[in-house]
Amino acid sequence: MRFDTGLMSDSYTLYNQTVMDHFLNPRNLGEVPDADGVGEVGAAACGDIMKISLKVKDGRIEDARFKTFGCGSAIASSSMATELIKGRTVAEAMSFSNQEVIQALGGLPPVKIHCSVLAEEAIKAALEDYRKRHPEAAGQPER
Amino acid sequence: MRRVYLDHLAATPVLPEVLAAMQPCFLEAFGNPSSLHQHGLRARDALARARAQIAALINAESPEEIFFTSGGTEAANLAIKGVAYANQRRGHHLVVSAIEHPSVLGSVEFLEKQAFTATRVGVDSQGWVDPEAVRAALTDQTILIAVHHVNHDLGAIEPVAAVGRIAAQRGIPLFVDATASGGWLPIDVQAMGASLLSLSPHRFYGPKGVGVLYRHRRARLVSILHGGVQEGGRRAGTENVPAIVGAGVAAEIARRELPERIAHTAKLQARLWEGVQHRISYVKLNGPPPGAQRISTTLNLSTEFIEGEGQLLLCDLHGIAVASGSSCVSKSLKISHVLAAIGLDHALAQGNLILSLGKDNTSEEIDYFVTTFAQVVEKLRGMSPMWADFQRGVIDSVIQPSGRGTSFAAHASALAGKPAAARPS
Repeated sequence: MRFDTGLMSDSYTLYNQTVMDHFLNPRNLGEVPDADGVGEVGAAACGDIMKISLKVKDGRIEDARFKTFGCGSAIASSSMATELIKGRTVAEAMSFSNQEVIQALGGLPPVKIHCSVLAEEAIKAALEDYRKRHPEAAGQPER
Repeated sequence: MRRVYLDHLAATPVLPEVLAAMQPCFLEAFGNPSSLHQHGLRARDALARARAQIAALINAESPEEIFFTSGGTEAANLAIKGVAYANQRRGHHLVVSAIEHPSVLGSVEFLEKQAFTATRVGVDSQGWVDPEAVRAALTDQTILIAVHHVNHDLGAIEPVAAVGRIAAQRGIPLFVDATASGGWLPIDVQAMGASLLSLSPHRFYGPKGVGVLYRHRRARLVSILHGGVQEGGRRAGTENVPAIVGAGVAAEIARRELPERIAHTAKLQARLWEGVQHRISYVKLNGPPPGAQRISTTLNLSTEFIEGEGQLLLCDLHGIAVASGSSCVSKSLKISHVLAAIGLDHALAQGNLILSLGKDNTSEEIDYFVTTFAQVVEKLRGMSPMWADFQRGVIDSVIQPSGRGTSFAAHASALAGKPAAARPS
């Protein structure tokens, strides 16, 4: 009798399929032309850098793009984060959490959770930049 | 899918001859070498043969000087702790190079929490230890010097014979970790002046689960693993006979094939580095250039503006197995302590890739790697904000500075002012 140890499988991946997909086929890669807000953050822990740019129209995020210097999960986290915040209002996006990224990616290894935190911080930095550039928008009710 | 294996420092397949020699030890020759009947005596004989094969590989005076452990890590632990404990009445100071393997540095740290002290001797930008710096670190309390033969990350061949002469003058035992060089470089423990030396057979086509510690008969060593009287009382526990037999055969074949293995890998190493330089911009070789001062099996590259784990993942998806010393690859999120010790710029350490060649790699595989790697670099640079900033002249290259823009490291540390440290979630 032979026992299948699974050792000869050809389908191992370091991350789950969703993370691998976002790493290999990143959504929203690039920089928004004439961005309304740009956020760039760096991880003190590992040295990764994430840059997210936003186009905001009528208080709503019309476009979000990213560029990331970092590992597979950092690239996937920024890809997913930009995907998630597109279409949200600035006010909604202000409460964006890294937990949403983790959930949408179907989980990240514990040592890679900080990548999703970096994505949250990049988005918040971009929103802060937007509010600084558009002080008139800050006080307005958004919808 | 096409498979190209370039991670021979992590593991090698066992040779067919090795597997064939091991197989009877699982079936009819399963005896315990400590037993006094035929089964035991047969296993004991197999151990003796393996000891002689290993002794021949490193020119030990006697097979009695060869001890088998569970691996290179245990061999290093036994060498460091076993010598320290055996000599603690003479002194309590150890001198080690700063770029030793974690099994050596971890053992030293463990001893430092007890009554021992240690001096870590730094290395230059190529990863070389200065023997005079070792001499300067010695005190009348020093009971052990540890300098590895070849650095596992950088491939630098260390001046161990010169350190050995200093050790001999001062009457201090020298431990040489030869796990990165065993089976790939000639090793002569007597010419090296090594009192202790470790090997890792699974890196030269032997099995995992076995390590070797050579100990000169006059070097005092106590056991750190207690139980039965195996391995001359220096390593308790029933011997892993199949693996030891496999290690012996792997050593014998390595000794025979050494010249051709070196010639073959040296040719591929030169081809690989030339190809990479030709096809990819802003890439640096860490450690000495291919030649007499570098082992022929490894290349350690830093590719600027991109990170190493992404390089590794994309190579893997193209069937190419490589390693990286980037912080993203490490479970501690720290860059390799070796890259830190040679003073490598953090951004370059992040873009690190380690390739290790084997006897079965071909020129064609090297060309496939170079072509694929060029595509991988292009894809990742297309995602990198640092590459974009470099194009705009905001960030400068460390490898070939243009004089425009700030350094990557300065830029990154300014950004990290907004800390994104791992938070519990």
